[in-house]
Amino acid sequence: MNFYDTDLTQLHDDLVNKKISATELTKATFENIHATEDQVQAFLTLNEEVAMKQAQEVDANGINADQLVAGIPLGVKDNIVTKGLRTTAASKILDNFNPIYDATVIEKLKAQNFINAGKLNLDEFAMGGSTENSAYQTTHNPWDLTRVPGGSSGGSAAAVAAGQVLAALGTDTGGSIRLPASYNGVVGMKPTYGRVSRWGIIAFGSSLDQVGWLTQSVKDNALLTSLISGHDEHDLTSSTREVPNFASQLNDDTSVKGLRIAVPKEYLGEGVDEGVKETIKAALKHYESLGAIIDEVSLPNTQYGVAAYYIISSSEASSNLQRFDGIRYGVRATDVQNLEDVYVKSRSEGFGDEVKRRIMLGTFSLSAGFYDAYFKKASQIRTLIRQDFEKVFENHDLVMGPAGPTVAYKIGANITDPKAMYMNDVLTVPVNMAGLPGMSIPAGFSDNMPVGLQIIGKPFDEQTMYNAAYAFEQTTDFHKQTPNLGGQN
Amino acid sequence: MASQIDEQQVKHVASLAKLEFTDEQLSKFTPQLESIIDLFESIDKVDTTGVIPMTSASDQINAMREDKAVNSHQCDELLKNAPDTEDGYIKVPAIIDESGDGE
Amino acid sequence: MNFETTIGLEVHVELKTNSKIFSPSPVQFGSDPNANTNVIDWGYPGVLPSTNKGVVEDGIRAALALHAEVEPHQHFDRKNYFYPDNPKAYQISQSESPMAHDGWIEIEVDGQKKKIGIAEMHIEEDAGKNSHSPNGFSYVDLNRQGTPLIEIVSKPEIASPDEAYAYLEALRQRIQFTGISDVKMEEGSMRVDVNISIRPIGSDKFGTKTELKNLNSFNYVRKGLAFEEKRQQQVLMSGGKIGQETRRYDEASGTTILMRVKEGSDDYRYFPEPDLPVLNISQDWIDEIGQTMPEMPGDRRKRYINDLGLTDYDAMVLTQTKEMSDFFEATIAEGADAKMASNYLQGDVNAFLNDNQVDLQETDLTPAHLAGMIKLISDGTISTKIAKKVFKAITKGEDPDAFVKEKGLIQLSDPAQLQPMIDEVLAANEQSVEDFKNGKDRAIGFLVGQIMKKTHGQANPKVVNQLLIASLKAL
Repeated sequence: MNFYDTDLTQLHDDLVNKKISATELTKATFENIHATEDQVQAFLTLNEEVAMKQAQEVDANGINADQLVAGIPLGVKDNIVTKGLRTTAASKILDNFNPIYDATVIEKLKAQNFINAGKLNLDEFAMGGSTENSAYQTTHNPWDLTRVPGGSSGGSAAAVAAGQVLAALGTDTGGSIRLPASYNGVVGMKPTYGRVSRWGIIAFGSSLDQVGWLTQSVKDNALLTSLISGHDEHDLTSSTREVPNFASQLNDDTSVKGLRIAVPKEYLGEGVDEGVKETIKAALKHYESLGAIIDEVSLPNTQYGVAAYYIISSSEASSNLQRFDGIRYGVRATDVQNLEDVYVKSRSEGFGDEVKRRIMLGTFSLSAGFYDAYFKKASQIRTLIRQDFEKVFENHDLVMGPAGPTVAYKIGANITDPKAMYMNDVLTVPVNMAGLPGMSIPAGFSDNMPVGLQIIGKPFDEQTMYNAAYAFEQTTDFHKQTPNLGGQN
Repeated sequence: MASQIDEQQVKHVASLAKLEFTDEQLSKFTPQLESIIDLFESIDKVDTTGVIPMTSASDQINAMREDKAVNSHQCDELLKNAPDTEDGYIKVPAIIDESGDGE
Repeated sequence: MNFETTIGLEVHVELKTNSKIFSPSPVQFGSDPNANTNVIDWGYPGVLPSTNKGVVEDGIRAALALHAEVEPHQHFDRKNYFYPDNPKAYQISQSESPMAHDGWIEIEVDGQKKKIGIAEMHIEEDAGKNSHSPNGFSYVDLNRQGTPLIEIVSKPEIASPDEAYAYLEALRQRIQFTGISDVKMEEGSMRVDVNISIRPIGSDKFGTKTELKNLNSFNYVRKGLAFEEKRQQQVLMSGGKIGQETRRYDEASGTTILMRVKEGSDDYRYFPEPDLPVLNISQDWIDEIGQTMPEMPGDRRKRYINDLGLTDYDAMVLTQTKEMSDFFEATIAEGADAKMASNYLQGDVNAFLNDNQVDLQETDLTPAHLAGMIKLISDGTISTKIAKKVFKAITKGEDPDAFVKEKGLIQLSDPAQLQPMIDEVLAANEQSVEDFKNGKDRAIGFLVGQIMKKTHGQANPKVVNQLLIASLKAL
């Protein structure tokens, strides 16, 4: 069984036509995982026993043709709450937490009888770009095990890239789907804010968080995104707009002829690696050869994006993470004399350094005397960033550029310099700030490592992005290249 | 603009956030925070006069739920997750300050 | 030196919606600890709040009742603080754009009418409840967590403890008449935070405020404020300074006791709640709710005086609570005479409630039964004396008509039945007849009494009197 040579539609058809059973597929999936997991370390929790039982049930009950993911094992980022299955957000403070409900995205997948292969590693509470901030383990990039997989959905991206699972759920607050997708040469989509319900996503930056998929192919991604999208009464910020069947437009006729693509000069400027720049420029040339029109534009407030993003996301995080106080669930510190100890010791022992830094930055940004200069000012910059995009979208269909300024870096290279780490998000955070959909697709290689092309769309226009991504994918073979894990042993 | 945070300020913010740092941690954290807050202050030079702050990216307005009560009957499961309980209550070390939210 | 007093009142009112403000858990009291809670109430990882439309509408109702301007563009804010009864460690409230602002209510103290301004009112969630045990532990029950609250903040225009009392009375009355809350301090559905400062008359700067806690009735608010007013005067007169402090009212001694000195202000780090979409309240929506608003006490009073012919006093007493006023209106809707219904409610009904320490709604008394009894009196079927017995029966839920029939309490008014009895009594009491003829009128009283005795009190005294005089004169 090899997930590189198949796709969702194929597997589904094979299951429906009984060419393969869910049990066989699930067994093969865990064989894949066991064969590579020592090297990659993508999973925090493997759900093997339950998954095998579920697969047998699916086989016993038969697969309905309209249940696309029935009997197919998929991975889930560990900040997505799964009833009865350990959910830690890669934090010690949730080490003993037993989730008693399902996130809406999980409910939707369960309604289709999907198989949950397990929970994937991330930076603690999704704060970071490398998974090095996980309290449990660092995931390794399957293309080069000495490098990071990116983050925070590093486990999800690495698991897909390593062929462990066909697809995995991630979350993206400032680039946490797109950056690892770029580093691992897979397709990652962060839908428009409000497209997918956040119910059951352990909140980081509530006004920025979105759920999305990391997949091998564009079409799989489109199919799966349609599946989890739509309004949810549990998340009132989720949009009531109709959800298109994105994949229905992906076929031999999909074309980018006349598509107007804007390339912000800030996205190919200082700080972006030469190798990355060249790869992206070549990809844009390819679009031009397919009939798209490429224009250079300016998003002048890009340079303030990282500062404004870290103020807003940390402020929201500082408030969201106050509930982890050792009182109602999670780990309570044991050596406590009084209530204050319960709070301070549980939190100080339970959170890792990066989480503490963000809480400190956020608390500071909201505190008396600083709110106006930090939180409020950053929220005004957010308006300006959104307006920058709106202006460009008046005359363009899509914005394109690199997803990250570099390829995956060496494990440990940035861990002592949080500010340098934050600067890696410069090309992804503006999308979350503006609430836009953004994706990364494999666009080539630099330094033998994958480079992701970032595609940014108008609000709720994921369709145009999928169409463009599909046209690129069908006329290139970057996505067909796979890491050689065997050779790295 | 000089950074506005020193060890005293870090301690104050930590107390608001219910975190504590050893002196060693403090001397590592303070310069890190200082350097990031320096970065934050780069936005100071942007003229935002009259710009309305954006605090949500949701396209929803007046999204509300009808006033219908549903009992989840999750009480037992909820209590099972609590570190310490007694007779259906969540148990914590004595609260000394009885003023609630400090008002 | 003469001082003037400034009092600020922050009143929290608990709404009686079906479900909580941000979670569908039931709003219910007296359940087992934590029985009415779910993952939202516990602040579980990944949960999100969802706004209860009923609470927003109740907020608009309260705003209309308090003549306040509804804010057309609203959002919620987070107020951050750690406490065991505050599961998310933030309270979802409104700070930047409260539900309504600049309202007023009218009060009357010593016959003087005055408008007291309301600075703002907003909707927010209540916290759970901590109970403390001497064993070194506290116990948290989250049933109350998420109960909808309205907070109403007065402008600094209350100038005396009596005005504070009158403001609370008027506020309670108006809110109660909207039907959105029980507004009962003894049950915690109305809670009052009080601050008071004094300054020399003519000074343009407010004095330092002290806050008072543990004021569990309007009376204690008045007493606590009166004590605090005097205490502050004495401190200033003796050259001292008022500290920014929180003081506890001691019911036993009637004094205030220092709880803690406030250092600066608390830092709640308010910011807009990102999990809830904004509210745009249109004038159409406000008008729609306005049309369903119950009549306010002032309007009811006017109607009672002008249309029903009640006195000012009666109208005031009847509109003190919505319960009483509604009961009164239901009674006259059942056909009872307004004046008699008013008298019975203020007299026998009130006495009954006081004797039994119950609320009207907790009794078996119904407007239909009270009206039935009043009609029996009006049409002469029973005497007011017999009515005492009937009243007892209707407080136990009995139907007055059936009771009167069953017990044979119908007044004897038929001359054909009464005349033979009168003849009998006259024959047996020749001395009294003689006395009457000699001009001793009180003899009549004795003779009537004899007839009443014979009929076990059921004879209609008016008819007996007439028949008796006619008979005597005919002798």
